[in-house]
Amino acid sequence: MTVNEQLSVSSSPHILTQNNTRRVMLDVLIALLPAVIASVIFYGWRALVLTVVCVLGCNLFELGFTKLTRRPTSIFDLSASVTGVLLSQNLSATFPIWMAVVGCFFAIVIVKQLFGGIGKNFANPAIAARIMLFLCFATEMNSFAVLKDGKLVSEATPFTLSLTGAEPLTYREMFLGFHAGAIGETCSLALLIGLVYLLVRRVISWHIPVSFVGTVALLSLVCGADPLEQVLSGGLLIGAIFMATDYVTSPASPLGKLIFGVGCGAITVLIRLAGHTEGVSYAILMMNLLCPYIDKLTIRRPIGAPKPPKPEKKGKEETAK
Amino acid sequence: MRLFGMSGVHVPHRKNTAGSAPVRMPPPATVLIPLSMGIGAPSTPTVQPGEKVLVGQKIAEAGGFVGAPIFSSVSGTFKKTESYRDVFGRTVTALLIESDGEMTPDPALAPVSVTTAKELADAARACGLVGLGGAGFPTSVKLAADPAKVEYILLNGAECEPYITSDTRTMIDRTEELVAGMKLLRDLYSAAVVVGIERNKPEAIKKIKEAIAGEAGLSVKVLPGSYPQGGEKVLIFNCTGRIVGEGKLPLDVGCVVLNVTTTVELMKYLKTGMPLVERCLTVDGSAVKEPKNVIVPIGTRMQDVFDFCGGFQSEPGKILYGGPMMGIAVPDAGFPVMKTTNAIVALNLRDAILPDPTPCIRCGKCANTCPLHLTPFAIGDAVQKKDADQLAKLHVTLCMECGCCSFICPAHRPLVQQNKLGKAILKAATPPKGGK
Repeated sequence: MTVNEQLSVSSSPHILTQNNTRRVMLDVLIALLPAVIASVIFYGWRALVLTVVCVLGCNLFELGFTKLTRRPTSIFDLSASVTGVLLSQNLSATFPIWMAVVGCFFAIVIVKQLFGGIGKNFANPAIAARIMLFLCFATEMNSFAVLKDGKLVSEATPFTLSLTGAEPLTYREMFLGFHAGAIGETCSLALLIGLVYLLVRRVISWHIPVSFVGTVALLSLVCGADPLEQVLSGGLLIGAIFMATDYVTSPASPLGKLIFGVGCGAITVLIRLAGHTEGVSYAILMMNLLCPYIDKLTIRRPIGAPKPPKPEKKGKEETAK
Repeated sequence: MRLFGMSGVHVPHRKNTAGSAPVRMPPPATVLIPLSMGIGAPSTPTVQPGEKVLVGQKIAEAGGFVGAPIFSSVSGTFKKTESYRDVFGRTVTALLIESDGEMTPDPALAPVSVTTAKELADAARACGLVGLGGAGFPTSVKLAADPAKVEYILLNGAECEPYITSDTRTMIDRTEELVAGMKLLRDLYSAAVVVGIERNKPEAIKKIKEAIAGEAGLSVKVLPGSYPQGGEKVLIFNCTGRIVGEGKLPLDVGCVVLNVTTTVELMKYLKTGMPLVERCLTVDGSAVKEPKNVIVPIGTRMQDVFDFCGGFQSEPGKILYGGPMMGIAVPDAGFPVMKTTNAIVALNLRDAILPDPTPCIRCGKCANTCPLHLTPFAIGDAVQKKDADQLAKLHVTLCMECGCCSFICPAHRPLVQQNKLGKAILKAATPPKGGK
């Protein structure tokens, strides 16, 4: 028997899905598009500049780092672009450009690449960068503006409004998002369109968004806050739909996802109602850190595997001996 | 019952040949019949070089209990033995027989009558029948089960692999023999006989349902249209709701699983005395000019079968025994058709090259599509660390290597291959049974 050099020999399977990491990331970008468009409508060209700068910044840092460390360039998987868009959507329309670039550096180099690049980061890069920017540039991160007569005018967010006891916005205003806030998080409608797209394309499952938002609504109700206002305000929807569902930093099993979402929701409500500050990003970061443990505890017992022995029983047997 | 059923993946069906009734191929100039076709000890030749042989004549004795005798698939002259390295890396000996083109059957062949389950198992052993769905487990060993323990006999007609339609054709074209086999199995084992068929074969389902109408103990189970319905554990679960545990056999849950074509071939042997010397196989794939179902003598070289199907329309980049999900790639088209070869698939150069793996993004799709709820991404981590304890905890030995995880992975990681490595690592670390 001869060996035909033309024939490739490999282990089965010999056909693979047409899906790939780039297509997954592209779907996330498409899902973010309504929010980006809404941000430009509500906050003008400054919002677009921020988005473009963050995407370019993230890709440049990703490219630079992989070149420097002589590893294959990973910008074509579009994960850095997703981080860039997400980060920009978390900023205020008046946020200084150079600070946004610092955020990109932190997200890509510190949080993602230093831990081994895509798939190895312990926290969502955009969330970590948002928190870093909050800690370093609190004033700039907390001054929100809205477009009025073609100019960006400083204004309080619905969340701070509710704290000061001022006249709250109507649900309709909050749902459509024409008010001050981070550029991508105010338009609930746009974010929900993104959610539907991600669910239809099966990029994410319903478990995290539903358990996260559901927990926030339920706990708000229990604690006497307006659940709908809590759901529509701040970064909850963008967090629950786009940031908490990041594959790398959320559990893999459906049960794990539910635990993760409930945890995110509970911490969010705790910070919001007890700390009087927006808690979504901190909640996601904390749950990111717990993700490996949730994963470990929620691995499904395979069908056909024997039930694990009870630890106490084993102890008894040993003492009996 | 479990909260979640057995999932799986939606693979492209590509059942291009489902409508083409099999064509019998004229005997090739030579056939090369391996003495080992699947598990079990190699058989021992009983003919001398230069000896004349007839179709159906025994040319090698079974090498052990888990082994099968071998019969000549053509009439002609036994030329010599030839050794080659087979697709499992074993060196096997094969008998090279030059065909005289006459296909003269051995006149000594006579019908066999059986009245007990044991006689049926003996008959299966005498005719060298093995599982024709691909795994090649000797049928006699399965049929030797104590009839008191057998509650269900499941006939596997799922045929969930892309391209392959040979079982479909068997079910459509040889329904009578199949139903006769179902009745015989029901009577000898006093068991319920169920044919499991994937829902994408409406013609086969309809025909069998009509043929068994009014018969007690015979039924057709329509299976979902997802891969891997034909996996033994999945079939048993979907037909009976029973779960085959780790390290257990179907018989432990009262089931015997046979392929539909195996059943039909067994009936043919009982009726005519002709052992398994030819089989129907699907020839398909992007490189094949005229995909069709062909009946070929065992031992026909793949190249001869492809030539019969008009040759290649483009240069083949990969040739498989079986379908693309679990099939085995061969290094040369000179490899022979074996008893277990239900299809030969030739992919063109473009389809033969798979994308390179990229880093795992922990999407969890592998774990969520595994029919047995294994966690391939975690198994992959344990394999890299060669952590046998962790592999045992993850129950890697349950993996039936269906390939769903590798298929679905957006990072194109070799997950099922890692599971196979994981099994090997675990086996090497586990002290052999009966040791000190």
